[in-house]
Amino acid sequence: MSQTVQQIVERCQALFEDLNFTSVKEWKAAAPGRKAIGFMPVYVPREIIHAAGMLPVGIMGGGDQLEVIQGDAYYQSYICRIPRSTLELGLTGRLDCLDGMLFPSICDVIRNLSGMWQILFKDKYVRYFDVPQNYQDSVGGTYYIHEMQVLRDDIGKLAGKPISDDALRASIRVYNENRRAVHELYQYRAAKPWQAPTSEVYVVLRAGMVLPVEEHTKLVREYIAATDAVARPVRDNARIVLTGAFCEQPPLSLIKSIEMAGCYIVDDDFMLVMRMLTDDVLETGDPLDELSKSFLHRSMQTSSKYDEFKKDKGKYLLDSTKLNAGEGVIFAAPSFCDPALLERPMLQAVLNEHKIPYTAFKYAENTGQMAPIREQAGTFADSIKLWSAA
Amino acid sequence: MSTPVQMTPAQASKKPVPVAQKEDAMLLQKEMINRNYHEIATAHDRGKKVAATFVPGNLNELVMCFDFARSLPETNALQNGMRKKSGKMIMDAERDGHSEDVCTYVKADLGAMLGGEIGPTGEPMPHPDLLLLSYTGCFTFMKWFELIRQKYNCETTMLHVPYQGDGKISQNMRDYVVKQIKENVIPSLERVSGVKFDIDRLRQYMKESARAEGDLVQVLQSAKNRPSPIDGYFGAVYYIGPMFTAFRGTKEATEYYRVLRQEIEQRVREGKGPITPEGEMAEEKYRLVVEGPPNWTHFREFWKMFSDEGAVVVSSTYAKVGGVYDFGFRHDPDHPIESLAEYCLGCYTNLNLPQRIDMICKYIDEYQADGLLINSIKSCNSFSAGQLLILREVEKRTGKPAAFIESDLVDPRYFSPANIKNRLESYFQMIKQKRAAAGAVH
Repeated sequence: MSQTVQQIVERCQALFEDLNFTSVKEWKAAAPGRKAIGFMPVYVPREIIHAAGMLPVGIMGGGDQLEVIQGDAYYQSYICRIPRSTLELGLTGRLDCLDGMLFPSICDVIRNLSGMWQILFKDKYVRYFDVPQNYQDSVGGTYYIHEMQVLRDDIGKLAGKPISDDALRASIRVYNENRRAVHELYQYRAAKPWQAPTSEVYVVLRAGMVLPVEEHTKLVREYIAATDAVARPVRDNARIVLTGAFCEQPPLSLIKSIEMAGCYIVDDDFMLVMRMLTDDVLETGDPLDELSKSFLHRSMQTSSKYDEFKKDKGKYLLDSTKLNAGEGVIFAAPSFCDPALLERPMLQAVLNEHKIPYTAFKYAENTGQMAPIREQAGTFADSIKLWSAA
Repeated sequence: MSTPVQMTPAQASKKPVPVAQKEDAMLLQKEMINRNYHEIATAHDRGKKVAATFVPGNLNELVMCFDFARSLPETNALQNGMRKKSGKMIMDAERDGHSEDVCTYVKADLGAMLGGEIGPTGEPMPHPDLLLLSYTGCFTFMKWFELIRQKYNCETTMLHVPYQGDGKISQNMRDYVVKQIKENVIPSLERVSGVKFDIDRLRQYMKESARAEGDLVQVLQSAKNRPSPIDGYFGAVYYIGPMFTAFRGTKEATEYYRVLRQEIEQRVREGKGPITPEGEMAEEKYRLVVEGPPNWTHFREFWKMFSDEGAVVVSSTYAKVGGVYDFGFRHDPDHPIESLAEYCLGCYTNLNLPQRIDMICKYIDEYQADGLLINSIKSCNSFSAGQLLILREVEKRTGKPAAFIESDLVDPRYFSPANIKNRLESYFQMIKQKRAAAGAVH
């Protein structure tokens, strides 16, 4: 019997709240020799980990339920929260189930955390994973393929056998399927946001950070089918695109507050790892070459990536707002997040040019006071409705 | 030799401004920097183009091959900071929509543009014709030049310098940077300047660089003497100025470092301590290694907190931010492009945390320092994120006491003199106690 929306969401919620990563431990225990590799936002080619028979695990911080004690001792007050809570997870043994950890190129804080991890967790595989800021195949591509090859060799050694091209192609196929499913979910939400509230969509996506990808793809499609089967009331909400939350995640209560304040979120940049490559990676040919081409030429714009030309700045946000019939943009950025906060004025300038309304606030993953955010989002939604009525 | 100099008044005040003592080399570098501002201000009138680039990973020798006037935005911001102009600029940028959480160098730069595009010396600061985005050791650089490009529509060339995540420079990293220099940077420099690239000209500049670099290292390492003839943090700011900015590769810089080295060697022979703004340091009581950039808005006041206590900084990581030369690297005229790549990859903030800890421990040992002081800068995550672990590790490995103070680069709101002074005094007390305890044991 198929599951109801409520059952699916409850399962995802439980996975989301489980800071002991029980599902990862269970996956590892199910067969001898299984290994899991953690990764932080924003993007790593998970295909390489999967091709070694390992489980890629997204570590998106500790959220609002984790009391950070040890992690705070490593950071000054003006540094964002995600490295503190991630360290807390590590230092309290919650990440012992991980055999390695990848730190993608996103900002100086996460970059430096890679070195801290090397010092504090000497028995684990740790790698800072750089992606190119030069998008020519012969320059940035060559560099990137080599970096992926190093990762492939390292992971192969951890797995005890090299990763074959065929295994990589098979993993690319599996992740292409997952990208399609996630894309379908985003399209579905944009078309019927009342049927797929972001507070639900978010936990369904978060499940993909800990579940095997094949299971997650199935889960996403089950959620779409289940929610589509039961009609929900349509509200006169403002359709907004949320941006800036690509690394440290907002608390779920913040997403709920925005929705309760009268906004439908029709696009966002949560957990970009699932959507970074915007279409299928070619399943034939040299797999690393194809992963590289996808990243260089068909990947999302986000603040940690260089925009080669001025005219490109804000293009994704603008296109998304138009494509998803967005009526406004909410800039929700973590406090002290350099990438999001430095990017924000440039994106706002683009929105100003196109007369798209926006509002902005900051959060931390453990923000508890939602009243100001609800008020701000509510006022924003009301103003959109007033303008569109005029 | 040193010369008394009337300090620029911080703000309108009836108090007489104390006379600052400066070494001749300090005055000379000030002259050079002021002259560079004049060259930038008049570049367009003289038919020259202006290139802007960042201090870490700057390709000064290469940029000179195309006759650009050279502007370095961090230096502009810090100069404005030292002249007490940055506070207003930062607030102007914040009023213009920039977050209070982000780098104050960026905001001081953007604020200066909002305030009429006047440089630190009062001359106009023209729009750059090219933004050479050497993305080395600092994520913010990328956003900084994107922000400037957004405003002024300048041509921008990216040079992505990969981070030494594994604590080493791989061949792949080297090849990547070399390729970018050859296939992207040089063609852009040629196109914007209209000057054809001449590799022999580059080699010539690099010969000058290598000479000057050798002399700079001798100057910085003179602090291994007791007493140290220099301050390797506050004083080093003046010594690294020409090398880290628009002068590396010029005959003028070579001469500057030759003279500076002679001056310092003379001080060593005479057994003299460093020149501080208050005069020559009488007695060297504490020898410190400092990690992190200085505060610029209260630079003299900050330095005085050390010199008043007889504390001299014998080595600092900040003096390696525009190039790490004391472990042997020199620009190599025989392999010019490869050597530029190596230079960029090796800058201090491009090193991973374990490398930074190794370097600090080595300094503490080789310079016989009493301990480590970290000046943690609110603006600069590249330096600051992880510094508390650096502190713990260095204490663990060296057994020497470490201390932590906080300030900012150019935002005067984050300089709290009483707090810093208290912490420093406690720290010096701690060193004294450690010494006494060690003496009792022996």
